[in-house]
Amino acid sequence: MNTQLATEVHTRARRSARVYVLSLLGPITGACGIAWALLQPYRVTLLHPHGQGLWWLLVEPPVIAVLVGLLFHFLVVPGLVEDVEEHA
Amino acid sequence: MPRAEFVHWLFASGLLALGLFLLAEAIVGTDVWRARTWRAYLWPSTLFAMGLFMWPVMVFFTNSTIHMVAHGSWAEVMMLAGAVELGLVTGKLQSGLWRLAMFASFVVTGVAFLAHEQNPWFFQRSAFLHHLLGWTFLCASLFPLARVVRPRSAMVASGFALTFIAVAVMLYCDRDVSPVFGHLSPLAGAPHR
Repeated sequence: MNTQLATEVHTRARRSARVYVLSLLGPITGACGIAWALLQPYRVTLLHPHGQGLWWLLVEPPVIAVLVGLLFHFLVVPGLVEDVEEHA
Repeated sequence: MPRAEFVHWLFASGLLALGLFLLAEAIVGTDVWRARTWRAYLWPSTLFAMGLFMWPVMVFFTNSTIHMVAHGSWAEVMMLAGAVELGLVTGKLQSGLWRLAMFASFVVTGVAFLAHEQNPWFFQRSAFLHHLLGWTFLCASLFPLARVVRPRSAMVASGFALTFIAVAVMLYCDRDVSPVFGHLSPLAGAPHR
C-alpha cells in the first residue's frame, strides 16, 4: 500500500473521530439533564408551577443542563466542525 | 432571597458551559479553536463574567465573615484567571508564565473551600461537597501547572476541561440541608427537597 495514502486515511479517520466526539458532547449533556429530570421530576417546576416560589421557577437545574447542552450543540459545534474540516 | 443551592446550581451551569468549551478546544486543538476570534475569547470571558457575578453573591448571599471571604477570593481569582487568559489570547501578554495565574486560582479556590467548611465530611451533603471540591481543586491544580510547560498537550487540556465538568456535577449535587450517603447530623436541621 502507498504510504501516502495510508497517512491520508489515518488523518481522515482521526478527523472524523474528532468531529464525531465533538457532535456528541451537547447531546450527552442534554441527555444527562433529561435523565436527571426523569429521576427528580419535582425539580422541574414548570410541570406544576402553582404555588412555587420565584427561585424554584427560575432555577431548574435539569432544564438548565439541557439548555447548556443544546446551546453548545447549536451555537458552538457547527462552526467548529467546519473549521476542523477546513484545517484538515 | 434565594437559597444557597440555587446560586450553586447557576454557577454549576456556568462551569458546565466552561468545561464544554475547554473540552471542545482540547479535542480540536488550540489552532482550530481560535480560528474564529469570538471563539478564542469565549471561555476566558465566561470565566471573567463568572468572577463578576460572584461579587453580588459575596455581598448579598453570604451569612458569615468566612463565607464572605471565601466567595470574595473566588470572585478575585476567577476574574484574575479570566483576565490573564484574555490577555494571552489577544497577545497583550506574551509570557507563558502568565498561565501560573490559573494554577494560583485553583490553589486559592481549593484552600478557600477547605478553610470555610467548619464541619466534618459526613455532617451533611454540602459539608461533604465542600471538602470534596476543595481537594479536587488542589489535586487538579496539577493540570493548570502542567499547562504552563505543555500548553498544547491534549491530555493536559482534557484533564483541565474535565475538572470543570466534575466541579459542575459536584455543585449540581449541592443542597442546603440534605443527607450524604445516609449521614445527616441532627445539628444540620431538617432536610428539604
